[in-house]
Amino acid sequence: MSLHVDAGQPTRAPMPPSRRHVRQRPGRSFMTWLDLKAAPYLLVSPYYLLFLIFGLFPLGFTLYFSFFDYDLTGTVEWTGLGNYTAMLGDAAFWKAVVNTLAMFLIATIPQILLALMLANALNKRFKFQLGVRLGVLLPLVTSVVAVAVVFTQLYGRDWGVVNWVLGWFGADPIDWKAERLPSWIAIATMIDWRWTGYNAIIFLAGMQTIPKDLYEAASIDGASRRRQFWQITIPMLRPTMIFVVLNSTIGGLTLFSEPTTFYNGNVHGGTNSQFQTVSMFIFEQGFREFDYGYASAAAWLLFLLILIGSGINFLLIRRIGGNK
Amino acid sequence: MIANSRRGRLLAVAAVAALTLGATACQSDDKPDTAAGGGSSAAAGPVTVTLQTFGGGKNFGYKEAVDKWNAEHKDIQIKYDNLTDQFEQVYWPQMIQWLQSGAGAGDVVGIDEGGMGLAKAHPEWWADLGEFGLQNRKADFAAWKWENGVTADGKLFGLGTDVGGMSLCYRRDLFEKAGLPADRDEVSKLWPTWDDFVQVAHKFQDKIKNTKFVDGTNTLYNVVLVQEGAKNGNVTYFDKDNNLIVDKNPAVKTAYDFAQKISQEGLTAKLRNFTPEWNTGMKKSQFATLGCPSWMLGAVSGDGGAGPDFKGKWDVAAVPGGGGNWGGSWLAVPKQSKHPKEAAQVLDYLTGKDAEVSVFNYAGNMPSNVQAQQDPAVQGAKNEYFNDAPVGDIFAKSAASLQPIFLGVKHAQVKNAIESVVSAIDDGSVPYANGWKKLVDDAVKAAG
Repeated sequence: MSLHVDAGQPTRAPMPPSRRHVRQRPGRSFMTWLDLKAAPYLLVSPYYLLFLIFGLFPLGFTLYFSFFDYDLTGTVEWTGLGNYTAMLGDAAFWKAVVNTLAMFLIATIPQILLALMLANALNKRFKFQLGVRLGVLLPLVTSVVAVAVVFTQLYGRDWGVVNWVLGWFGADPIDWKAERLPSWIAIATMIDWRWTGYNAIIFLAGMQTIPKDLYEAASIDGASRRRQFWQITIPMLRPTMIFVVLNSTIGGLTLFSEPTTFYNGNVHGGTNSQFQTVSMFIFEQGFREFDYGYASAAAWLLFLLILIGSGINFLLIRRIGGNK
Repeated sequence: MIANSRRGRLLAVAAVAALTLGATACQSDDKPDTAAGGGSSAAAGPVTVTLQTFGGGKNFGYKEAVDKWNAEHKDIQIKYDNLTDQFEQVYWPQMIQWLQSGAGAGDVVGIDEGGMGLAKAHPEWWADLGEFGLQNRKADFAAWKWENGVTADGKLFGLGTDVGGMSLCYRRDLFEKAGLPADRDEVSKLWPTWDDFVQVAHKFQDKIKNTKFVDGTNTLYNVVLVQEGAKNGNVTYFDKDNNLIVDKNPAVKTAYDFAQKISQEGLTAKLRNFTPEWNTGMKKSQFATLGCPSWMLGAVSGDGGAGPDFKGKWDVAAVPGGGGNWGGSWLAVPKQSKHPKEAAQVLDYLTGKDAEVSVFNYAGNMPSNVQAQQDPAVQGAKNEYFNDAPVGDIFAKSAASLQPIFLGVKHAQVKNAIESVVSAIDDGSVPYANGWKKLVDDAVKAAG
């Protein structure tokens, strides 16, 4: 983009004569217009077309049906804001919201701290650098379902490895699927196992753009490694941090696959919805109860939740390494 | 520069995400389509009729019957696809979506009794089997089994596969270990009523600690529910006008109270039926008895269940409380099928006497076809896996007199919601004191 702007400036002066020249040949003027004005739009259009079809249209469609009492196997009736008011009084919806937020916090905070430490470690010079850095990304290549299936086994009540190990320390076996907090922790570890490396690599990329002379100057001034990390690396990573946190927020609040697979593909999220997320609630309402209107309204409330969550996180992260 | 390149990265991520989404959307749309339209080049090759079923272990038990058909019919090949072991939670919602959207369903599909109320209310989903001459099968079935396959406007759309019947499966070896009689007649005498059953359970539990007497709350809850339903006008969750009566029908409360009792008294292994943990529980001998409608025998003996290692260790005894009709299914041809004629032929074969006898011998599912029920091969059948239990004698004799339980249009959804609560009191996520109230509340919500 910037290259284009730079190239445009010197040609600005001789433009008028060439324009007059072009006007004499209409065919060529069309080609020039196509080349200069339309081509960029044409080139980006595939993304926007896809977004229109798979993003904007469903969004509008969902909004429209959120005002209806729409039963797949029955009738379609206008209810206005009825779905929304019912949802605000629906304990099951709020339970899903609490589950989602709790799992998001339990998963994301350690994940980002871990990713930062990992990236900091990877940022140093050592042998087999490339191999180790790539290795950190490996969990990302495995399928979510495979991860969830393996972790579900690990967290089995009767025959799981985790309970077995806990047993060494005399702990009673934990019913990971029945109790609320344990189920959240189990699911959070699945998410972290998969995404910590990914975030670490993004942090690493961010760290490598920080000019070396800052660290040199700090060393000369006698700043310790730790001090350099907190006072140079972290503030300079702010843009990367914003990206990572927003990405994790969106991913965390739309969590679906891990908790669903954790309960044998059942979107109820445990016998008493212990770990049902809002996405699973939407799926259950829409595709198990066939209450499309209600599910659509829930989807829009989730969208609002993500906007609020992203906004709060953005404000928090922006303060990192601020004036204070 | 930095800002620009980051936006580029974001866009790239978004674009990739959109593409992946699009691709997966196409995938999930395509897959069932090709399955259903497998024989779209009908003129050239053989017609492929896709048969979709559900259930654990040996499920509908069609393996041998389908192999036989495929060997004998080069022009029509059956593709037997058991989609999942869960009907209410997975199979039926997916099927409803396929039926409603007009693509994805197989050419012949299995429907559990719990889905028949809704299926009957939607004649537009189904091909008219009368068009293919299947009206003449009426004499093959008990009146209620036949009538449940006819829509409100009189169109024949489904024929019966199996019926429930009831027994109690138990582990002979563990009973011996606990000092209880192991012979099936003596075991049957131990528990004429459910109270007797609980007493036996405590005796067992006193001797044996690492195996529970019962799998969980859910299986026996359903057994007691159908027994009590039969005593209360043959209804469970809905009355015959489709009004929800969960809170008014004493059958539901009795069944729930029994489930709570066995859980509270520590007799359950706290395993919910038809989950991977439940299957593992059979392989690890976590429970010693199981409420067994005839089709449950296949779920136990199949590889997914206890499997071949436990052959001869299981046996079949009479159920406390006497009889009961849990389960039983139908086959239907969706209207969207591209080969309704061939599908109807396959359906005719699979619900016919020979196929249902084959199913009984292979999996244990009790035929609903009257001729199959009366066949000496069924009447005199013994189940090798269950220590040569005379299953023909146990199930076939009662099959003719089974009472149908009326199931409402929204039965599957309500059943699903209630079973979650019945399992939740067992794993402790809902306190016993709140269980009944939550059961009623969730049922009302699911029915609404």
